[in-house]
Amino acid sequence: MPASLRTGWLPPDGSLHGPQLDRLLESNLAVLLALLLLAQLLLLYGVLRSRRGVDAAHPAVEARTSAWRTETLPLLLCCLLFAAMAISSQRLWAALRYQGPAPGAMQVEAVGVQFQWYFRYPGPDGRFGFVRPALVNAAAGNPLGLDPNDRRSGDDIVSSVLVLPAGREVDLRLRAHDVIHGFFIPGMRLKQNAVPGLLLHVHFTPVVGGTYPILCTQVCGSGHARMQAVLHVVPPGEFATWLAGRERALTPAAEEGARQ
Amino acid sequence: MSDMPRIARGAGPASTPGAPRLRLFSTHHRVLGIEYLLLSLLAVALGTLLSLVMRIRLVAPDWHWPLVGVLPPESYLALVTMHGTLMIFFVLTIAPLSGFANLVLPEQIGARHMAFPRLNAASFWLTLLSLVVLLAAFVVRGGAPISGWTSYPPLSALAGAGPGQALGMDLWLVSLGIFCIASWLGAVNLLVTILYERCPGMRLMRMPLTVWAWLVASVLVLISFSVLLAALLMLLCDRHAGTSFFLPAGEVLNGVALARSGDGSPLLWLHLFWFFGHPEVYIAILPGMGLTSSLLANFTRRPILGYPLMVATTLAIGALGLVVWGHHMFVSGINPYAGTAFALTTMAIAVPSAAKVLSWLGTLLGRQRRAPLRLTTPMLFALGFVSLFITGGLTGPILAQPALDSYLHNTFFVVAHFHLIMGMAGAFSIFAGVYYWFPLMSGRLLSERLGRWHFLLTFVGAYATFFPMHFAGLAGEPRHYAQLTGTTSSLAGLLPLQRGITWAAMVLATAQLLFLANLVVSLRRGRLAPANPWQATTLEWAPLTWQLLPTAERHVYRGPYEYGPAKGYCRMEPAQADFKMQCDEPAEPE
Repeated sequence: MPASLRTGWLPPDGSLHGPQLDRLLESNLAVLLALLLLAQLLLLYGVLRSRRGVDAAHPAVEARTSAWRTETLPLLLCCLLFAAMAISSQRLWAALRYQGPAPGAMQVEAVGVQFQWYFRYPGPDGRFGFVRPALVNAAAGNPLGLDPNDRRSGDDIVSSVLVLPAGREVDLRLRAHDVIHGFFIPGMRLKQNAVPGLLLHVHFTPVVGGTYPILCTQVCGSGHARMQAVLHVVPPGEFATWLAGRERALTPAAEEGARQ
Repeated sequence: MSDMPRIARGAGPASTPGAPRLRLFSTHHRVLGIEYLLLSLLAVALGTLLSLVMRIRLVAPDWHWPLVGVLPPESYLALVTMHGTLMIFFVLTIAPLSGFANLVLPEQIGARHMAFPRLNAASFWLTLLSLVVLLAAFVVRGGAPISGWTSYPPLSALAGAGPGQALGMDLWLVSLGIFCIASWLGAVNLLVTILYERCPGMRLMRMPLTVWAWLVASVLVLISFSVLLAALLMLLCDRHAGTSFFLPAGEVLNGVALARSGDGSPLLWLHLFWFFGHPEVYIAILPGMGLTSSLLANFTRRPILGYPLMVATTLAIGALGLVVWGHHMFVSGINPYAGTAFALTTMAIAVPSAAKVLSWLGTLLGRQRRAPLRLTTPMLFALGFVSLFITGGLTGPILAQPALDSYLHNTFFVVAHFHLIMGMAGAFSIFAGVYYWFPLMSGRLLSERLGRWHFLLTFVGAYATFFPMHFAGLAGEPRHYAQLTGTTSSLAGLLPLQRGITWAAMVLATAQLLFLANLVVSLRRGRLAPANPWQATTLEWAPLTWQLLPTAERHVYRGPYEYGPAKGYCRMEPAQADFKMQCDEPAEPE
């Protein structure tokens, strides 16, 4: 049943932590489905059985209902189950969110703007340049408001697709310009809101190459449903080629930025 | 006081046939209860129609609607917002709390009237005003707001953030502000009535579980709606007074940097809103739990299993309900340690909920001597409530885990969860209440035959509509999507599933016509209700003749659920009375 669940409903899984999350989800669903069936069958049994009354002469009458058996014991079992669920899943949550990324993780930024995701790579200097809200001008080719006076921003690469190398951890920083957006890559089992005014970090490791949809999961206005982008997970060599191409395309602009 | 004889004659269960005289501007609680229920009926009809339009728009985005043509995506979002607002505030809050409590609470505790009848009436008229203001948002320029019933800023704070976010959003905020004040007044009245108007002998631990539920729900209203009102005022100030409670520095909208230099945080709204929003779901469901307990006791003819435990779990759910709001915010940018804390409190609230389910099952399955189960329509809906509460409730512990929520948050899995546990379970408890208490409103019984069909179709329709949504959620389909064919087309494969859900929703909605027909037909030609049609123990069914004497008082001598045949009961020759009303005097002095 868990296997058919995976192939049936969950989208293909391409991240390092994904299989662990899927296993957790599937075991939870299996346990709760069993509880669901048990409870509904008890309910049905209770209704069917109680259609008939029980006479005083019936032997069952003397068997007094014991609160221990019908209430306390099942409740204790429920407590244990809920506690086990809470604790077992906290390990995964802690691995995902308590710990930061490894020091060598790749830096990428995702910025949500009605109704588009922008992705920024820090370029060869490895550092993101300053952005100024007043400089935001998508029509003039500066959708994120990069500050040309900041020498670190000259080599920043801004893209509308997210390209990542397989097998390398990504430290993704999330921002939003206008309203709250929800950054969701189902295939990476990753979701985090992008909130105006906050700089939020999530980290994950794509391991399986392929193309994954990126969706917005926080209602953000009339174009919410079409605020979608694409993640390409490619082999490291291919990624280096792509990045180098983007850097070359940027060089004149970078020089211009340095002159100012 | 001069009203009393008329009311005793007109509205009592032992009355002559015919509805109580509905004076529109009455301060009598039962009239107000009926008015609240009619208001809910209007809201639920409208909310259901909106949801059908949404369902059709989702699976057929290019369909040409008569008169309006193709619906743009913002219309879909406006429908979502108004559907949620109508259902949560004007149906699930109003009907079980204000409606039913006004209908029977004073009688259930042996009081003549509410503590503050005029305050109570003011509460109703403010609620009606609030509904009118809300519906006005449909007809103003830009239409209704599109930010959902949660209205997260900055989308809700800036008029330029989308269609409907200008005047429509203002009306939404004003409407809910009025609603907060109305609920507040109503809750003060209920709280004081329960605490100070109980008749002699009606000790706290003799109160029916419905009264306990209204008590806890009223306290929750006082706490949570106060916070919502504050948040609404702050958002209005952000919109019109130049403040920046929820607007961060560096806000850029439509490519233009906002001139305001505040340093607010949208997360503040999330905290305030969900501090209200989560207790709100318990406000909606607690009365249904209390009613279900009462009905299960009545129609199994057994005392409810573990009455003190039921009281304790009602209190525990109320208390824990105030500290779980962060589970709506696991991926919103709060500290991950806070996520863990809220996950634990949320898991904890599953325990009293499970205890309630066990008590209901135990009441049903108990092996004591008893008469046969009475599968009346109110009982069917109470059993349906238990079933839906279990199904909707069991996905709660999954969504309470932040690691799993980081995949399932804001997908259809959540839509399935809250529609089953709050929407459908809530609706079933309302139906149960209406079928059960209809004699108090009209002097007549609703048709059992129509009622059984209504139950069957609604029960099947509810599962067929909302259970498959779990699968769409597991596949990753987000909420609030006006269509499935986006740029990535990853969701287009879910179209057949969503089409099936739309058909099921139409069946579910159509089945409600049976309910409306039943109301209309039974009001005129329904079977006349005997004095205590369900052989119930609680006092709303006791004769109200004592109210005729200005100095008479109701006395209560026993607990609320003394059902069960006397010793030596034999199924073949049923005893005359297998229950003792709370006001029945004991055989020998206590």
